[in-house]
Amino acid sequence: MEKRTDKNSYTLFFAVAMVVVVGTLLASLASGLKPTIDENRRLEKQQNILYAMGVNENEGTSANFVSTTKAPELFEKHITKQLVIEGDKITEDDQAYLIDVKKEQASAKAGNVRRLPLFVGEKDGVTYYIAPIRGKGLWDAVWAYISMDENMVIQGAYFDHQGETPGLGANIKERYFMDDFIGEHLLSPTGEFKGVAVSKSNNDPKNENKTDNAVDAIAGATITGDGVAAMIKNDLKLYVPYFENLKKN
Amino acid sequence: MGLLSKKDVALIKDPLADDNPITIQVLGICSALAITAELKASIVMAISVVFVLGIGNVVISLMRNIIPSKIRIIVQLTVVATLVIIVDQVLKAYSYELSKTLGAFVGLIITNCIIMGRFEAFALGNGPWRSFLDGIGNAAGYGIILILVGFFRELLGSGTLLGYKVLGDSVEKTGLYALGYENNGFMLLSPMALIVVGIIIWVQRTRNKALIED
Repeated sequence: MEKRTDKNSYTLFFAVAMVVVVGTLLASLASGLKPTIDENRRLEKQQNILYAMGVNENEGTSANFVSTTKAPELFEKHITKQLVIEGDKITEDDQAYLIDVKKEQASAKAGNVRRLPLFVGEKDGVTYYIAPIRGKGLWDAVWAYISMDENMVIQGAYFDHQGETPGLGANIKERYFMDDFIGEHLLSPTGEFKGVAVSKSNNDPKNENKTDNAVDAIAGATITGDGVAAMIKNDLKLYVPYFENLKKN
Repeated sequence: MGLLSKKDVALIKDPLADDNPITIQVLGICSALAITAELKASIVMAISVVFVLGIGNVVISLMRNIIPSKIRIIVQLTVVATLVIIVDQVLKAYSYELSKTLGAFVGLIITNCIIMGRFEAFALGNGPWRSFLDGIGNAAGYGIILILVGFFRELLGSGTLLGYKVLGDSVEKTGLYALGYENNGFMLLSPMALIVVGIIIWVQRTRNKALIED
């Protein structure tokens, strides 16, 4: 005799029931946890921006953010201005850090003017300009917060990624890679925008030459490294007019 | 009688050595190659798989009499995916830092063939308690190999263990590097993981001749 569970009608019933149960479970879980997750993301953005301008709790060789409980207060204290650059128009918006760079990139592709957020930070009398950028790694998205001085010399960088290979591409968020960017010039000596290449052949593993527009690559992570370099080149270039204006005034 | 009978103990112990999922059953090779470039990643992956396989085996075992055999693979896949998403969402909400560390592994767990393999080969035909032990045992056997491979790859490839520079500083030329030692960058690439796994299989079969097939 055929087993009860072999019948087509039972199979169909089981499949439908399973989809309903699993779907309901996951949907209610996701919507139930969404506010908490969004809040975590918001605080993380503040932590990232603060990290890039040197407000962090780095110890030894590990990268440590300020704690989430202190982040909003420090963000308020150190970030003096949040700007949104739209073509020639520059507006202030204290929610600018919530602008989704991914969405802006997509809307720029569709022909709209991209809104570029820029955060102006002050620490110990020094002014930092922090820009969020985004690009592609090997498997998925990579993004970064780069802080610069008014000459577009990098003062700090925080890199992060969606799913780069652990031990290889994922090492872009390790201190030894991120700290290499500090002091690197984005412009050539003649003032042309060059970006910072992630190079396998710059012969400068200790990164003593800060004006060569290159840092040392990570072995085994060529595509992630190229993605980081392309992201810096494509996205930070958009901020060049702002810095040129800054100098004129 | 204790908590675990002799048979139960075997369920946990066998996969650790003579019935190891990676070196004997040759399952789970994909993730063993992908994420063993450093020790920390190997350890995190090992713990995640113990968790998912332990619970997944119990769930499948409880459902074993009602799952229609025609669509059982899809059902198994749905159970793993659901478990993994629940864990991922809960971590994102209540332990955001940890969820970022685990980020890349979550997808890899769903596609890990050990999990499907144990559902299919064991949980569908055994009770929940035995399935739980089998899941823990196999995941631990997988984890041991992962950690072993991660240990050698990180040590020889980057000269570090868990991020600590145990061999000295390769740029400043201190410790072993002062004597002219160099890191082997090839160890960081996936093919070397396969070779390390091969060496482990070789050593294991040399020590236990019963494992050699004709």
